[in-house]
Amino acid sequence: MAVATDQAATAGRADHAQRRQAMIVGWLLLALAAFVALVFGLDSDGNAIFRLSRPNDPLALPNLVVPAAAYSYIVAAVLAFLGVRQLVRGGSRWTSLALGIGFLLVVTAFLAWAAAGKSGFSLTGMLQATLVRAVPIALGGLAGVLSERVAVINIAIEGMLLAGAFTGALMGSLLGGWGGVIAAIGIGGLFGFILAALVVTYRVDQIIAGVVINIFVLGLTSYVSSQVFSEVRALNNAPVFRAIHIPVLSDLPVVGPVFFQQNIFVYGALIMVAVATYYLFYTRTGLRARSVGEHPRAADTLGINVYRTRYINVTLAGMVAGFGGAWFTLGSVGRFDEGMTGGRGFIGLAAMIFGRWHPVGALAAALVFGFADSLQQKLAILRTPIPSEFLAMAPYLATMVLVAGIIGKARPPAADGQPYVKE
Amino acid sequence: MTVNDRIDKATGDLLKRAVVTRFEIEELVVVPIFAVLIALLLGGLTMVATGVDLPTIGLSYASLLQGSVGSLNAISETLTSAAPLTLAGLGIALGFRAGLFNIGAEGQLLIGGMAAAVVGFSLQGVPLVIHLPLALVAGMAAGALWASIAGWLRAATGAHEVISTIMLNLISFRLVDYLLRNPPIQRPGRSDPISKSILESSELPALLQWLDPNLRIHAGIILTLIVVFVVYWLLFRTTIGFEFRSAGANPDAARYGGMRSGLIIVSVMAVAGALAGLAGANQVLGVLGRASPGFSAGIGFDAIAVALLGRGHPVGVLFAGLLFGALEAGGRNMQVGAGVSIDLITIIQALIVVFIAAPMLVRTLFPFAFAKRGNQREGS
Repeated sequence: MAVATDQAATAGRADHAQRRQAMIVGWLLLALAAFVALVFGLDSDGNAIFRLSRPNDPLALPNLVVPAAAYSYIVAAVLAFLGVRQLVRGGSRWTSLALGIGFLLVVTAFLAWAAAGKSGFSLTGMLQATLVRAVPIALGGLAGVLSERVAVINIAIEGMLLAGAFTGALMGSLLGGWGGVIAAIGIGGLFGFILAALVVTYRVDQIIAGVVINIFVLGLTSYVSSQVFSEVRALNNAPVFRAIHIPVLSDLPVVGPVFFQQNIFVYGALIMVAVATYYLFYTRTGLRARSVGEHPRAADTLGINVYRTRYINVTLAGMVAGFGGAWFTLGSVGRFDEGMTGGRGFIGLAAMIFGRWHPVGALAAALVFGFADSLQQKLAILRTPIPSEFLAMAPYLATMVLVAGIIGKARPPAADGQPYVKE
Repeated sequence: MTVNDRIDKATGDLLKRAVVTRFEIEELVVVPIFAVLIALLLGGLTMVATGVDLPTIGLSYASLLQGSVGSLNAISETLTSAAPLTLAGLGIALGFRAGLFNIGAEGQLLIGGMAAAVVGFSLQGVPLVIHLPLALVAGMAAGALWASIAGWLRAATGAHEVISTIMLNLISFRLVDYLLRNPPIQRPGRSDPISKSILESSELPALLQWLDPNLRIHAGIILTLIVVFVVYWLLFRTTIGFEFRSAGANPDAARYGGMRSGLIIVSVMAVAGALAGLAGANQVLGVLGRASPGFSAGIGFDAIAVALLGRGHPVGVLFAGLLFGALEAGGRNMQVGAGVSIDLITIIQALIVVFIAAPMLVRTLFPFAFAKRGNQREGS
């Protein structure tokens, strides 16, 4: 009886919270509509020209020409419609969708405004850069998914990325690119194993273990880099993987350059996300791994070895992150710099939560961050009146709003963060 | 676990707490000593592995000791480095106590330091007794506001505080950059991002400058000691502290007990942010005299390790802060004296934390230092 009333009360509270959220989202969308109309609409003149192909592409598309002011007003109208709809109907199911569409529209209106009256803006180039910059974040997020699905919180992603980047540069210089990649995967796996040993066998608090690995890797790589690399430069001069053009497909307009003219890290990340999704959700081993994350005691009773499952999955997570780390050196500059991951591991963690502990979700969230990253880079060329610092903040602000908006649906694995003691 | 089991366990814990056992002495004294020793040993091995010869290793540890406690100047440097680490560490420890993981100390520190700098350079002709407290309070208030955004989002919408604090960190770096690049904060005549210098009336007074003008130790260390005491009192002697701890120990029980969990979350984040903001103000008003990009210098992240090392207890955090401050100060001396990169200190810090967090590891490595017990205590 008491339990039943309590459940009813909880449901009522959730309902109330959802309605309030729908209201907040509604007002937010209206505010965005006003902003788009007043800032982008009134201020733009002329057409925005988006280049879709390079002139010498085999199947060249004509440029996409958008009348900037008119487009801004259309976007503002759609936003206002969505906002009013939220306020009137307050549909809980549509809240996050409306918010997502709203942000997407604002971004397009912003692009039209920024590119209006300028010589042309390479849309394809920006999308290509988006995918490239999403790679470490997506792989970091995937590493998080793999280990949190077996209930091990992985704060150590940042450290694993950094270790992968460092090892990629060192072994890449000694053994060539592929040697570097394999070594980076190995070192990531090693740190995954250490994390598993600390939290599973020695029952160190999971967050402490992760933070410690981060600090340790930062210290070790910076130390070797300033103590050894600065003296012997040959040890920090690795080859960089070039883009591989996939025959036929890479000639397609827009899609070709974005998906089929990339280096092995982009392909690797996409394949890993697909494999991980299949593994976690369509195989028996994956089901067992997830059961360890949701209810280890029940899994243990059914004869699943909880400890071994955690060791294996966290080590796999480390290997994924190690591969992602190699992107920083072997996939872009070929040289290791101190602390060069610059918090991407933490953004990967955010992408994991944002993506609701699902590999594809994490990839999608990573693409949002990657898009923001490449957008900011391209906008430096277009010279907009908005200070670049504020543009750089926008994706993080949007993440906060979106994460606040998707409440009720994002739920971590039930046993996340809890050590398991076998009876 | 049934209710009866829990009560039994709680009673057992209470009984255990009444007497200081050999186990506790080992845990609080012996383990840390061995942790530091192993960490230094492994740090030495790292140097060997990177081709540093033995005399240099000896010299570097000698200068580490010399630079941290070897002279009055060294102790002054240690305390100067320890103060902000302890302040920010206290804030994070408070979050741990309440079950919140606040990664945002770095950003709160920056925002707090900026606010302190603004008050510090803009109020002309105000005496020190008013100006300095105003600047400190501004730093605390700004840090508290910044952190309570994450607290409010958590309480109102359930947004995970780890994400919001990471995002707030990233936003704060850019916001500070923007503020430093534009009037009225940017120093006139400069094109790089740097603030005006704070006025003398808002400086944290140097304590020992009458002995030697090089001694940097300032009133911030006294402030830190007071804050350690206040946080201890808040956490263990007040109702709100009890609520903080209950929310962390068992959120459901706290809610059934009539505590307003949302309010608790927001106030924990606000207090944590105030402490980190105070750490930022301490840096700007006591050490730097102005704000520049990244003046937080990773203190907010190191403070996470300090809070973990201090096991979330204010006094523990103070000792952890002192240890880390000593390593920082000694490390700078080591870099100059022996030519070994200061990054070695980071490795040693990480190792110390891991060995203290995993007492089982230390016990396995040094069985002779510990009393033999037939049965390991279950759990920790």
